[in-house]
Amino acid sequence: MLVGALQAGTAVLYAALGEVIVERAGVINLGLEGTMLMGASVGFAVTYQTGNPWLGLIAAALAGALFNLVLAFLVVTRGANQLASGLALGFLGIGLSALIGRPYVGQLIEGLRNVPLPILADIPFVGEVLFQHDVLIYAVIPLAFFLQWVLFSTRWGLSIRTVGEDKTVAYAAGLRTQWLQYQALFVGGLLAGLGGAHLSLAFTGVWGEQMTSGRGFIAVALVIFAAWNPLRAVLGAFLFGGALAFQLQLQARGAPVSPFFLDMIPYLLTLGVLIFLRGNRKFAMPAGLKTVFEGMR
Amino acid sequence: MKCLYGFYRPTSGEILIEGRQVHIATPLDGRQLGIGMVFQNFTLIPAMTVAENVALFLPALGIVLHPKAIQARIREVATRYGLEINPAAHVFDLSMGERQKVEILKILLAGARVLIFDEPTSVLAPHEVDGLFAIFDKLRQDGYAILFITHKLPEVMASAQRITVLRRGRVVGQLMRDEATPQAIVRLMLGAEPPPPVQREGLANEAGAPLFEMNTLSLVDEHTGIGLKEVSLQIFAGEIVGVAGVSGNGQSELADVALGLRRPDGGAFILAGQDASHWSTATILAHGLACIPEDPLRMEAIPGMTVVENMVLGEQLRYTAMGGLTMNWTGARKDAELFLNTTFVTTPPRLDWPVENLSGGNLQRVVIARELSRQPAVLLAYYPARGLDVSNAEAMRQLLLSYRSKGVGILLVSEDMDELFALSDRLVVMYHGRIVGTFRPHETTADEIGHLMTGGSRETTREGAN
Repeated sequence: MLVGALQAGTAVLYAALGEVIVERAGVINLGLEGTMLMGASVGFAVTYQTGNPWLGLIAAALAGALFNLVLAFLVVTRGANQLASGLALGFLGIGLSALIGRPYVGQLIEGLRNVPLPILADIPFVGEVLFQHDVLIYAVIPLAFFLQWVLFSTRWGLSIRTVGEDKTVAYAAGLRTQWLQYQALFVGGLLAGLGGAHLSLAFTGVWGEQMTSGRGFIAVALVIFAAWNPLRAVLGAFLFGGALAFQLQLQARGAPVSPFFLDMIPYLLTLGVLIFLRGNRKFAMPAGLKTVFEGMR
Repeated sequence: MKCLYGFYRPTSGEILIEGRQVHIATPLDGRQLGIGMVFQNFTLIPAMTVAENVALFLPALGIVLHPKAIQARIREVATRYGLEINPAAHVFDLSMGERQKVEILKILLAGARVLIFDEPTSVLAPHEVDGLFAIFDKLRQDGYAILFITHKLPEVMASAQRITVLRRGRVVGQLMRDEATPQAIVRLMLGAEPPPPVQREGLANEAGAPLFEMNTLSLVDEHTGIGLKEVSLQIFAGEIVGVAGVSGNGQSELADVALGLRRPDGGAFILAGQDASHWSTATILAHGLACIPEDPLRMEAIPGMTVVENMVLGEQLRYTAMGGLTMNWTGARKDAELFLNTTFVTTPPRLDWPVENLSGGNLQRVVIARELSRQPAVLLAYYPARGLDVSNAEAMRQLLLSYRSKGVGILLVSEDMDELFALSDRLVVMYHGRIVGTFRPHETTADEIGHLMTGGSRETTREGAN
């Protein structure tokens, strides 16, 4: 089941880590579901055509990033409403990915292979759980540490957080707020695209319409659960992955618990976090989230 | 001043730095020229630490941050100028005075040589103000130039070497500290002596009970620290009471309490002879209070609704038709037209326009017309001439006088001395949430009022209302 938690949680975690960066820069991407699906379908298509899953991964990341740049144009350059733009783009992504993936439904590919790490994989139990996975799973936790460092210990991270907190201050500090938000959305799209590709290239190895089944929305919820902190997002993603794996096992054993109830667990967790973390400024959301900067009067 | 820092761009004229003409288009340009500004509303990010806030403005910040090094630099400068602060603390934990220290540290470390302070003392407690002046002195001795913007005379006299007086966007005088007297500065600030008060028929009727009364009313405001302090105020029928004072000295809190938006922490508020301290806003309005607020778009009008809809707000019941199922819009329209036409000289604004599209003056007319259409017994008029052109402002003044002769009690809050002297039966001066003087307009001078409004004291000040 631990294996299941890792495998099921990874895609969500990539998307959530990207969304942490995006929201820290003051933009909320409710269309994350669409961004992930674009990554999943483009990654699958490129892998099928070239037979090379690495090219597929690169294509998936770029597809996600480009898709997010459309949102950047809408909300940063045009100053459109973030919630409406995000939702509309999300549904556009669902449709567009289905269109791209249409010829590949039911096709099989040689996806990302599991790479057992030498020596480590031979450790009984631990080796099986932790060290017999594909590359994306290995990379995700170091990535979370890396992003934590980037956000809190580099100039770029400080600039991103400033833009997300208060664009007037950012402007006064001489930062190029719009350019930074574009950058954040680009990075967020890369990661969401990788997350989607993990589903189609590694976790299932097939393409299906709406195969993310709500993981994009779960990722948005996880960002809140994680209080905009990459490391806490790891915890949340694997809790979610665990719940999903648990549910699959229960169903396999025919336990009398409704799978619909289990589907709700990640959202219940998020609601609980929203209720209990309110008012604690350490966990406060970026103050400038969703606001549109209209320039100085 | 924001021009100098690069927040706004000047439309004409030039800026010289060390004799060289410079072009400042963004705050970054300003900073690179060594200009630093401490704003009235601090430009700090509460969720970040002091060190992070300072780091944002450092000119040569590495790609990777070194918090230890930044903290050490903060400590070094802080000790020299008495700005001690814990660099690792989060800004939301700091008091207003401490936040100001962070602002100063920030611009010092950013390499500023010219420091601009925009009303820095408005957020400080008295002892913190003294501390700030001590910091000014140390900075001055180290060769920094300081531009200190304030409207408080004692502070100018205590800290400045050279004094420039601005009135309505113009420099009206420059004085050296040695040759300056508070009287001279006040005269420059206010311009010419105000005209003698307009003679009106009939004196205010102070025989009956006051329509509106505040008794040693207090309101604690933790945010600004000003609030209201033991304010006693009475308005009688057919009287205009003028409130002089620089805005932000308790005037808006007065209206908040009167309208039931905030509860007083002490004292009593009496309306129509009954204790109204705990009435709801609806009850207060039903007892004949009307208010032309400080900021009409925020307080009294809904930007996206049309003029007629806004006119009806608060009076929905009067225009209800068919048992509440619909509204009598034709009637509302007719009334709105009538009021707007009779109250002002120029053509009224289009009734079906959303009010957000109206000019400031037209919006003000809509709000005034609506408040007067409610047949108030007491009217609180905050800066009623705001946005009106000369002829409309005069019409508005005549309107206030005509309501006064109908027996309405009017509180006129204004910064315009001419207006206050021309209209008031009684004048009170507010400073820092307190009423610091009560006068008959013909028994005082604009000098005296100006002195009190800027924090001066007078032995001859007659405390307490008559």
